[in-house]
Amino acid sequence: MTMDRRQFLKGMLAGGAVAATAASAPAEARGNLTMPPKAMGLLYDSTLCIGCKACVSACKESNHLPPEYSTEDQLWDTPLDLSGKTKNVIKMYKSGTGDHKDQEEDGYAFMKHSCLHCVDPSCVSACPVSAMRKDPVTGVVTYDPGDCIGCRYCVLACPFDVPRFQYDKAFPKIVKCELCNHLASETNDTRFQYSACAQVCPTGATLYGPTDELMVEAKRRLALKPGTDHTVPRGRIDGKDSQMAKAATYVPQVYGEKELGGTQVLKLAAVPFDKLGFRDLPERSFASVSETMQHSMYGYLITPALVLGGLVVAAKRSLRDDEDNQE
Amino acid sequence: MSKIDIISMENLPGVAALEKRLGVSRRDFLKLCSGIAATLGLPSTAAAEIAQAVASPAKRPSVIWLHFQECTGCSESLLRAEHPTLDRLILDVISLDYHETLFAAAGHQAEAARKAAMEANKGKYLLVVEGAIPTKDGGIYCKIGGQTAIEMVKECAAGAAAVVAIGSCASWGGMPSTGPNPTGSSSVGEVLGKPVVTIPGCPPNPYNFLATVVNYLTFGKLPAVDQLGRPLFAYSRLVHENCERRAHFDAGRFALEFGDAGHRQGWCLYKLGCKGPETYANCPVIGFNDVGEVSWPVGCGHPCIGCTEKGIGFAKPIHALAELKSVQPPLGYPKVDEPRGVGATIASAAAVAALAGAATAATYNLTKNLGKNIAVEGDKPESKERAES
Repeated sequence: MTMDRRQFLKGMLAGGAVAATAASAPAEARGNLTMPPKAMGLLYDSTLCIGCKACVSACKESNHLPPEYSTEDQLWDTPLDLSGKTKNVIKMYKSGTGDHKDQEEDGYAFMKHSCLHCVDPSCVSACPVSAMRKDPVTGVVTYDPGDCIGCRYCVLACPFDVPRFQYDKAFPKIVKCELCNHLASETNDTRFQYSACAQVCPTGATLYGPTDELMVEAKRRLALKPGTDHTVPRGRIDGKDSQMAKAATYVPQVYGEKELGGTQVLKLAAVPFDKLGFRDLPERSFASVSETMQHSMYGYLITPALVLGGLVVAAKRSLRDDEDNQE
Repeated sequence: MSKIDIISMENLPGVAALEKRLGVSRRDFLKLCSGIAATLGLPSTAAAEIAQAVASPAKRPSVIWLHFQECTGCSESLLRAEHPTLDRLILDVISLDYHETLFAAAGHQAEAARKAAMEANKGKYLLVVEGAIPTKDGGIYCKIGGQTAIEMVKECAAGAAAVVAIGSCASWGGMPSTGPNPTGSSSVGEVLGKPVVTIPGCPPNPYNFLATVVNYLTFGKLPAVDQLGRPLFAYSRLVHENCERRAHFDAGRFALEFGDAGHRQGWCLYKLGCKGPETYANCPVIGFNDVGEVSWPVGCGHPCIGCTEKGIGFAKPIHALAELKSVQPPLGYPKVDEPRGVGATIASAAAVAALAGAATAATYNLTKNLGKNIAVEGDKPESKERAES
């Protein structure tokens, strides 16, 4: 391959343009989205949970979802994971003999798996239409089947593996927790008034309320000396119902405070979160990273221009080579 | 006891001997028995049974029943037993020599009867204690016949073959021992300093007591008990384990408040404070008063208050949540890392590799053939160029 001076200078110019774009990219980076003004969410405290699955059963009732069988006798609703039929599931961590609750070794613990309603949700970012939306006021991440094209990008994008697709339906939808926002409508025909999982929870392990208030409550519990008697609200944080509890030896972390820019559903536990299916995640949201990359690439159509320009150069060069060969 | 015609009893040797023992004619004695039975509202057969019981030379075991800090609920509960009924118990099965509520005697006569029974049956009588025993200030808060409860229970226990504490008060202190416990209420076991058989409950189920007594009478020993002295046949399982509402617990259906839809449909009362998950008793199995399932607290819609369990009944607020004692998560729970099928095995990897190899070979052969076809059909320089590239 030969290259004349003119070609070399052209190449330098193009390279410089790319370098300039790359250098200017961080300045245009989109940061994490911020918490909506009246963000609503849940606080799930694994140490209060007795694994009764009242929340699983109430979720099905509230959302009119069918039972899901995983045993041969098909007697009980026994979902093993979130699915097209299940928006909320209580999972169990067990190690060794599994004798002691909330203990990492030879113990067991429960964990609720449902949508965390991220402050900066990947599913909303990935959705090519506007089927996945985040409410600008309450921050609830909702799904509109009318807009959905069935691409399942949200299923792949979610870092918590939450949205599920109804693979067994002729006209499938995405199934994910929407914080029972349908109960607010006047056509509510159920016995629930707010998030069913929180409303039925007998111990207050799942608590409904504004995320900022839930965060204060979570921090209060973390600050308690283990073994202290205290009162925890039940149902909704601004309700009247409460129960007595003993402070557990918590992992000093509110899961959802910082993970991927924060979530509106917060979690407390006495067993490390990575053992309960919630891995360590960076503070910067995946949505902000991917959107920054995409928007930089397509800013001023620089990438398409470069790629097309490169193709033109390559084509022209090979043409010249052909001419050279024919000579 | 077999049913006997009272008239034919006149010739029985025992009844004949009564003439000498009691100084009454046989006919008069039998008339008296019929009269007692009628007065007590007992069936006619009872007259014969009373007669036989009194005439029987075989001594029925003597029972001394003491009452201290209590409400007589345990005795009341026993009065409602149906099999055997209390009259059968005290007339046929045992000889109740001292019981504050049931004896006919009063005052010094009653105390004399107790002392006489203790003397006559030394080392053989059964001592039943109902009620807690105050220990503060020398035990002056409960006195009977000028004697403190402590003195009395120690005196009676000394010659007893066995001691049975009936009710939660006698078993572990019960309601009188609830904080601040001004009288220093204590259990029989603590006062005597030795383990006794306990039949806790407020009131206890009469059959738990009767079965214990009958076990003693039949086999001459008390039934097997746990570390708290509770008979295992009645107190070895949690209320939660046999509860008729357990299926609702397992299905996650809870009454959220009194009178709501779930409560009216008989759902689990855990959220309302049911202590079934931390209370050992057989209430859901036998019920009370022989009238079926509704005749125990949970059956009629109120959470169990854990009356049999020390530290729960009268100690924990009625509507505070129970701590689940037995629930180790069953296998039915999905695990955090639920396995979903198996990963690549050597066999599956080999199969995939073989397929891939076959596909590669086929593609290679196809490409070769394509080249040959062109070489045959096309002109020479073009094919040469292709081969080079």
